[in-house]
Amino acid sequence: MSMVRTVGAPHRRQVLWWAFLMHRVSGVLLALFLPFHFLVLGFAIKGDATLDGFLAWTENPLVKLAETGLFLLLAVHLAGGLRLLALELLAWRSWQKNMAALAAGAALAGALLFLGVAW
Amino acid sequence: MNARREAYLYAAQRLTALIMAPLVIGHLITIIIAIQGGLSAEEILSRTSGNIFWAAFYGLFVLAAGIHAALGLRMVAAEWLGFRGPLANWTVAAVGLLLILLGFRAVGAVI
Amino acid sequence: MAGDDKDATLSVGVWRGDADGGEYVEYSVPHRASQTVLDVVTWIQRNIAPDLAYRFACRVGMCGSCAMTVNGRPRWTCRTHVDKVARNGRLTIAPLDNLPVVRDLAADMAPFFEKWKRANGAFQGGETRDDPIAEVRPDEPERKEADAAIECINCGICYAACDSVRWNPDYLGPAALNRVWALHNDRRDVARDDRLAAIGGEGGCHLCHSQAGCTAHCPQGLDPSGGIAGLKRALFRAALKGTV
Repeated sequence: MSMVRTVGAPHRRQVLWWAFLMHRVSGVLLALFLPFHFLVLGFAIKGDATLDGFLAWTENPLVKLAETGLFLLLAVHLAGGLRLLALELLAWRSWQKNMAALAAGAALAGALLFLGVAW
Repeated sequence: MNARREAYLYAAQRLTALIMAPLVIGHLITIIIAIQGGLSAEEILSRTSGNIFWAAFYGLFVLAAGIHAALGLRMVAAEWLGFRGPLANWTVAAVGLLLILLGFRAVGAVI
Repeated sequence: MAGDDKDATLSVGVWRGDADGGEYVEYSVPHRASQTVLDVVTWIQRNIAPDLAYRFACRVGMCGSCAMTVNGRPRWTCRTHVDKVARNGRLTIAPLDNLPVVRDLAADMAPFFEKWKRANGAFQGGETRDDPIAEVRPDEPERKEADAAIECINCGICYAACDSVRWNPDYLGPAALNRVWALHNDRRDVARDDRLAAIGGEGGCHLCHSQAGCTAHCPQGLDPSGGIAGLKRALFRAALKGTV
């Protein structure tokens, strides 16, 4: 039997829960991306040509979109992490909601900057 | 008790986060600069080859990221997959070690 | 909706069942001015379903026994006005989440209090009645922290609102840890290091991810999430000192 009798989990409808979810999901996705990132850079051992072959592939618009996503993930995880450090280590309790909003804003701004420069 | 272990793991997670905060900012800025005019292996390698600063920067980054990712995945596995206990701990430790080794190999390739 | 409308009716879904499962049963309840959710449950029990099981005692927000899930959120029903939570005259009422059910709206609080014990949540003094009374000034920083955490009424609302409890049933949860935070800031207590050891291991305070559902839902306006962050800092210091 499930102990949960609540549909839709309204207790999650608050800023800090969403801040948690963004931090966790971005973290998991970054952790999954990391080995591929390292493997690709490892191509450089085999010479410029292999790495360049891969880099040519990244000119693909779809790949660029994915890269923008990665940039966003890193920015989100950084901003969310700084929020969490402030919250737990400095105990900025009354500020937490503002911090969460600020973190999301900073991450978004960073990603848009990337998008603007990349395209 | 394992209170001390958990306290140190928690501290390691936060400490690696503190170490990585400036590194991530540096990384993001480098990305923005590097992608202007397209990416090439030559460009990347001309920046990093034989450069002690970038070697230290990315070496530290890889070490912190491997530890941080493994500890994060440990919590996710425990909560969302119900995977906890000694086997889970050894598994994420192996994942972290693998990430660090792959990362060092990548750093070695571009330096 | 208008509180004085004598013809108005509430449509109320009440979870009926036991530890093996159950379902929502529909009831129509007359809507009254200044009606609380507990009033609604009591009306159903007295007029329609005498076998409806639920729990309450003081009716004034002191005893902490009437907490239920109202429209998906854990609330103290005696201090929750229908007009504040009903949507288009609709209420759903269920027992608290994250706990087994005894029957109908009565959640089994045993695991909740077991964790209170596991966290060593009882004060442990080191002095006798012959010693002079300890002088703790109200403006001491530690005393202020303890003050902020001490008004818990053990209602279990924070526990039901916590996803860390949901995702790991071993987790001590916000109420027990909030209690430990209050005791940790009581310098008369002699078991503070033992208590840190009791709440620092697996199932302990490091499972809190500062989602702060506890703080958002606590009817007493307490901040268990902030207290747990304080415990994490205390545990780190204790680990460095080698006292845990």
